[in-house]
Amino acid sequence: MWTTKVRERAVREMPPEKLLPDRQPSYVSSWIYVFGVVTIAAFVVVIASGVVLGMKGPEWWHLTGLGHFVNSMHLWAVEIFFFAMVVHLWGKFFMGAWRGGRGRTWVTGAVTFLVAIGAAFTGYVSQQNFDSQWIAFEAKDGLNAVGIGSFFNVANFGQMYTWHVILLPTVVVLLIVGHVLLVRRAGVVPPYAARLAKGADDE
Amino acid sequence: MRASIPLGAIFDLNGPAEYVSWHFIQISVPNLVVIALMIVVFVAALLIPFPKREREP
Amino acid sequence: MNDPVKPPATPDADAPWPGPFVRYDLVKELVVALGAVIAVVVALAVLFSSPDEPPVTIQSWSRAAPADFLAIAVTELNRTSDVATYGPPYNEGTGSVQKIGPISLQEAAGVKVPIETARDYVLEPLHEVPGAPRLRAALDAYEAAPARLQEKWAANYEKALPEARFVAGVPVLPPGRYGPVEPMMASLLAMGQSGALDGALLAGGHRFYATDYTKPLLFVSAGEYFEKLAEHQHLLGTQWGMMNETGSFPGQVWLWLFSFWYQVEPFKSSPNADALIFVLMGVLSLAFICVPFIPGLNQLPRRLGVYRLIWRDHYREVET
Repeated sequence: MWTTKVRERAVREMPPEKLLPDRQPSYVSSWIYVFGVVTIAAFVVVIASGVVLGMKGPEWWHLTGLGHFVNSMHLWAVEIFFFAMVVHLWGKFFMGAWRGGRGRTWVTGAVTFLVAIGAAFTGYVSQQNFDSQWIAFEAKDGLNAVGIGSFFNVANFGQMYTWHVILLPTVVVLLIVGHVLLVRRAGVVPPYAARLAKGADDE
Repeated sequence: MRASIPLGAIFDLNGPAEYVSWHFIQISVPNLVVIALMIVVFVAALLIPFPKREREP
Repeated sequence: MNDPVKPPATPDADAPWPGPFVRYDLVKELVVALGAVIAVVVALAVLFSSPDEPPVTIQSWSRAAPADFLAIAVTELNRTSDVATYGPPYNEGTGSVQKIGPISLQEAAGVKVPIETARDYVLEPLHEVPGAPRLRAALDAYEAAPARLQEKWAANYEKALPEARFVAGVPVLPPGRYGPVEPMMASLLAMGQSGALDGALLAGGHRFYATDYTKPLLFVSAGEYFEKLAEHQHLLGTQWGMMNETGSFPGQVWLWLFSFWYQVEPFKSSPNADALIFVLMGVLSLAFICVPFIPGLNQLPRRLGVYRLIWRDHYREVET
């Protein structure tokens, strides 16, 4: 039965204690490990503040004090999101975290970063202020030059807003879920081999 | 155009930014601060000791 | 207490970890991180707020810089403006068409957002002005005239415009052969300054709802006024503007590499800079995604040795 097969495979690949472990290998002992979680936390604040902005609409974030405040929260949460993501990325690079069949984890993380840049970009052009106008004016030439502008029109608010509030966030959410599942399945990458004899090379 | 904003900023960043120029590189001080903070946080994360936790053999 | 099992000195990255474990509360970590991020975000929002420079409208532009507005408007009428000669996706022009070697993806994608500048920016909006028999007569004369004469009138007007004076807001040009273009431009300026042109360009075709700002944005952004504002805010491409934000706020710092290429040769002076940089960034992005599979690059962290710092507790334990 297909259903049974799917369930059994899911449980085999992701038993609960692997999915949400209460312990980590002894080498997990550095502050650098928290930045993935900080990135997710910032993303939660980005989504939450974005949901409020979306529910209230553009007039609200331009013309009311509270709306502008939530707009500010949205901006700073995005800045922290990228900030934490880049520190996380540096950390994972210096650990060579793709070793031991963990290449897909790196790939999903890197794609998340690139898609998040697109999500942020569509947000910048959806602000409806001078910044949006200028960014749309500049970006259109780049996008037009490679033919993307024929389908993805940065001056079309309806189009950009949809990309920003639904399409790209959905992709980012799916990528983050996939990324975290891959991390949980393979576990955190172990250290490189130790230098056992003093002065010996770490081959 | 904008209505009064009761929750205004304590530090007003709406004035023009300072820029640092070096050869063809031009970067605003706020952007430079963000990049410097990223490096500081990264180095701090590597250097600050992480609290010891109990072993589970 | 039991003696802890010693971790392996040369762990196999492919195998499950055979060494000791420590307690690690992932849920607590996430909750604490969430609390901390909320606190920092609220603090930053209270301390610094966020930028929101009002947009440039055709009304604000034509009031602040009427001569600049007219200089653009007359080239839109004459189909010699940047937009009129742009090329895909707006029209069949070639002015801004870029190529990657012999290939133009821009042309291949085709005209998908058509703009006919004379009709869209000047003639149709002017036809919407109610009453105004003098304007109506000017439009009739213009539209009845042969194309060469239309071009001549507009070209004469464009040439004389730097000497225009504004008398009670109305442009007065030195005497010349402008035909009906002079009253048409005066009407278009009045329409712009009243705000009616913003509405006409947005809701062209007389739909009620509007979300597409392509026409008004391309019109406004052609003016020197718009560019000067951006230059003042350090937003021009030549100023690394892609990374910058209005005011003194941090911008899209993550676009530094994209912005970098525009500052150096061969891109800086290339008419195909946008297309070439797009392709280059595509290749570099692919390389970034594929770091684990690129020989040499995927060994780099082992050579750099920063990992010794990250796992120093582990190495201290296994190397003694």
